[in-house]
Amino acid sequence: MNIGLNHYLILSAILFAIGLYGVLSKRNAIIILMCIEIMLNAVNIAMAAFSRYIVPGAYTGQVFVIFILVVAAAETAVGVAIIMSIFRRRKDIDADKIDLMKW
Amino acid sequence: MVAQQISFWILAVVSVTAALAVVGLQDVFRAAIALVVCFLVVAGIYILLSAEFLAVVQILIYVGAISVIIILAIMMSREYQHGSPSTKFKVPAFLVSLVFLGVIMFAFVSTKWNVTGSILDNPNIPVATGNDLAGKLFGPGGYALPIEIGGLLLLAAVIGAIVILRDKDK
Repeated sequence: MNIGLNHYLILSAILFAIGLYGVLSKRNAIIILMCIEIMLNAVNIAMAAFSRYIVPGAYTGQVFVIFILVVAAAETAVGVAIIMSIFRRRKDIDADKIDLMKW
Repeated sequence: MVAQQISFWILAVVSVTAALAVVGLQDVFRAAIALVVCFLVVAGIYILLSAEFLAVVQILIYVGAISVIIILAIMMSREYQHGSPSTKFKVPAFLVSLVFLGVIMFAFVSTKWNVTGSILDNPNIPVATGNDLAGKLFGPGGYALPIEIGGLLLLAAVIGAIVILRDKDK
């Protein structure tokens, strides 16, 4: 059985679902950030697979991957800064206990 | 072709295992190491997809930069040693992600993708070198303005991170 587009897409879906489960169920803010990175990687795999199988030679999907990489880097920098700031003030990074804006 | 299949299955199994380890491991530091493995394997998948520039960039940015930032954050919050506990919504979260996985897999499998057949049969697929990608990005009708905006976004993110982390009391 040849490796086709569907193989990559299903791999991407599995990785995305694992990341989604982590984001929804974990309480440590750093673990949540790591799971978001897994989800972004899954989307990147899908983009590269579309680029390779649907428009080979046009590289449109790869351009999208580069932009997702840029946004992911910015997101990680700001996310880690926010987590460290919260940790400095409250000595805790439990996402359940950061409920100042919850009513 | 056989080598491609074998390497795809190895990469797929290792990446899914590493992602499960990130979610499942109780030690945060070990989860970060599993995340690095996952990033590296995704770089291998890019090479299989004949996107070599993306593989190099993936190793540079994810394995090099983002994992270092995350490990730094773990070390800075070392006093907080409660591992990676789950919320009380563990079972609903599992169900939601399972339903999501089922729906999206059904959508992927049932859609008739317009796969370019002639390229699929040809093993000599054009590999996206940095040169091709640069032509696509900066050539006529390219993405020069979005690239500049991306640079601006990165600068804003770095300045924002510094402002958030600055010690205002001193």
